Amino acid sequence: MPELLSLSNDPLLFIGVMVAKILAVFIVVVLIVAYATYAERKIIGRMQTRLGPTMTGPLGLLQPIADGLKLFFKEDIVPAQSSKLAFILAPMMILVPAFITIAVVPFGDTMTVGGYVVPLQITDLNIGILYILAMAGLGVYGIVLAGWASNNKYSLLGGIRSAAQMISYELAAGLSIIAVFMLSETLSLRGIVEAQSGSIMDWYVFSQPLAFCLFVVTSLAEINRTPFDLPEAETELVSGFCTEYSSMKYALFFMAEYANMIVVSAITATLFLGGPAGPFLGPINLLLKVFFFMFLFIWIRATFPRVRYDQLMFMGWKVFLPLALLNIVITGAVVVF
Amino acid sequence: MATKETMTINMGPQHPSTHGVLQLVLELDGETVVKAVPHIGFLHRGVEKLSENRSYHRALPLTDRLDYLAPMSNNLGYVLAVEKLLGITDQIPERAKVVRVMMAELTRIKSHLVWLATHALDIGAMTVFLYCFREREAIMDMYEKLSGARMTSNYFRVGGLSLDLPEGFENDVRDFIDAMPGHIDTYEGLLTGNKIWQKRTIGVAKISAEDAIDIGLTGPALRGSGVDWDLRRDNPYTGYEDYDFKVITRDGCDTFDRYKVRLDEMRESCKIIYQALDKLQPGPILADVPSVCLPAKKDVVNSIEGLIHQFKIITEGFKPEPGEVYQGIEAPKGELGYYMVSDGSANPFRMKIRPPSFVNLQALPQMVEGSLLADVIAAIGTLDIVLGEIDR
Repeated sequence: MPELLSLSNDPLLFIGVMVAKILAVFIVVVLIVAYATYAERKIIGRMQTRLGPTMTGPLGLLQPIADGLKLFFKEDIVPAQSSKLAFILAPMMILVPAFITIAVVPFGDTMTVGGYVVPLQITDLNIGILYILAMAGLGVYGIVLAGWASNNKYSLLGGIRSAAQMISYELAAGLSIIAVFMLSETLSLRGIVEAQSGSIMDWYVFSQPLAFCLFVVTSLAEINRTPFDLPEAETELVSGFCTEYSSMKYALFFMAEYANMIVVSAITATLFLGGPAGPFLGPINLLLKVFFFMFLFIWIRATFPRVRYDQLMFMGWKVFLPLALLNIVITGAVVVF
Repeated sequence: MATKETMTINMGPQHPSTHGVLQLVLELDGETVVKAVPHIGFLHRGVEKLSENRSYHRALPLTDRLDYLAPMSNNLGYVLAVEKLLGITDQIPERAKVVRVMMAELTRIKSHLVWLATHALDIGAMTVFLYCFREREAIMDMYEKLSGARMTSNYFRVGGLSLDLPEGFENDVRDFIDAMPGHIDTYEGLLTGNKIWQKRTIGVAKISAEDAIDIGLTGPALRGSGVDWDLRRDNPYTGYEDYDFKVITRDGCDTFDRYKVRLDEMRESCKIIYQALDKLQPGPILADVPSVCLPAKKDVVNSIEGLIHQFKIITEGFKPEPGEVYQGIEAPKGELGYYMVSDGSANPFRMKIRPPSFVNLQALPQMVEGSLLADVIAAIGTLDIVLGEIDR
């Protein structure tokens, strides 16, 4: 039985493997971010009797690159009355938590490198879920800061909306996950995946359907996607917190939105759909599940209108929170008896 | 203790949801609107004054540019007013009347489509926007076939029409209205039963029937408050008395009911167009009033009398007897009225326009004060204002 590769038994190999894993995950996520924008435009285009991008490259496949180049060459405007430091920091504060959350998501079982066992996961924190919730909570600071630092009333409203939305939904999201680890009896994501590793019926989506639905809806709110895109709300707040941003800073917000979509999809897949379990190779299974959720988010965007601020709060506090609590009580009863 | 301060925010004139260049100065307490003051005039072009320096025929294109989403309705109101001034209302040939009704109803559908598209987009339903514009495009194509222009059609003439229907036009219209009720069902499928849509519209921007009458609301905004008033039925013009249609009213007084009223109106418009198509018979398209109407092109080319006749009307125009008339029509957005005064010269002495959007906009502060910022957007949408008409 080969032992687990760690910093103590082969430091050099460990660091090398770690860097390789980080790079691989990062590159895959960035690629998906780029092509998620393309996929979104294509899919929504088809749903809306349009074609989506067709002119840049074959089938418009170079569109994300063209978009990136365009944004890169735009003038980088910092409004004269803004708080400069916060204004510049804000987009990074959104993007970084979005990317580092993915570190705890397992994307496969294990593989053997140089006689040691390497788990296919950047790091297996024993408090993985807490880490995810913490990072998700950090992301909102960027939005609030961006709204405040822009010194624009619409941006400010967007920032405030975002904070309120976050508080209302984070709670329900967290509570719906509690039911999951009451069953798995571990906070580590790898542990949760292993708990679901039997047949397909062991996936928590079947034993925790309510928690699954709650988590998907609340995560929509958490990543500010339609119908909960209040902080941006193009037609109300003129893009809300990112009104004043241009060039690469705007691109960072844009990337963060899609990175968040990927992260949330990956977490949902891990918690409820058995993560990398499935008929194909581990990472491919996970990617397929992620794509399924992203398609769902895009589909929802093409279908639903936007909810109103007070209705969103109402749903968060008076519908989702009690439901999540009820779910915990039921789960607890089932586990104990 | 915390002090209470309100924030003043300028919504517009550059804002994606103010439907043009409307500026709303909002006083917000958090996201609650304490006070809303509309500022208008950014699109003022002086249409009323300009018309005083043009002959009656040449003032017609100005009216295209009032409510640019429903140009033919504007044309219709104007030509009816001038015909009334001239006293030739009874001499308009049947075919011209039927085509006018048909085009006015197509215009109503076109205008309501843009309203639904933008209203839904404002509330966040993006797909409806593109579906509506797809159907609107078909109407625009018909406009183009008929008059050569997609928006500023300038198709009706004092005394009748400028051109006869092109070949195959009736089939185009029939195909379109055959498909239209199905399209309306599609929009309803996306919105009417949608819980979020209902939450965003039911009980939002309420205005009671009494207040609506006091303010002078007309059109779907009035009928959504339960007042049964439609000029097509109550003060018919251009032959509307011969058509069988329902006047849609609903009692909810809110955004959702105004939405339903407009959707059902589109369905009624389709029925009117069916009837118009059945009534359509070959015949003259211009009244036999040589002092007002241009001669046929073949007479102008082939005879010196025809040429002189055309020359006289083009250079001098016609001179109605001194007097004044008011003609109101049921435009898509409400009562569009033209008040024309003639002093016996070839130019109107005064042309006062009563644009429905201008009057309807007055209801906005009452509708939104005390509600949330997001409801302001819904209220602007539900009033269906067009700034070209408000500022004239």
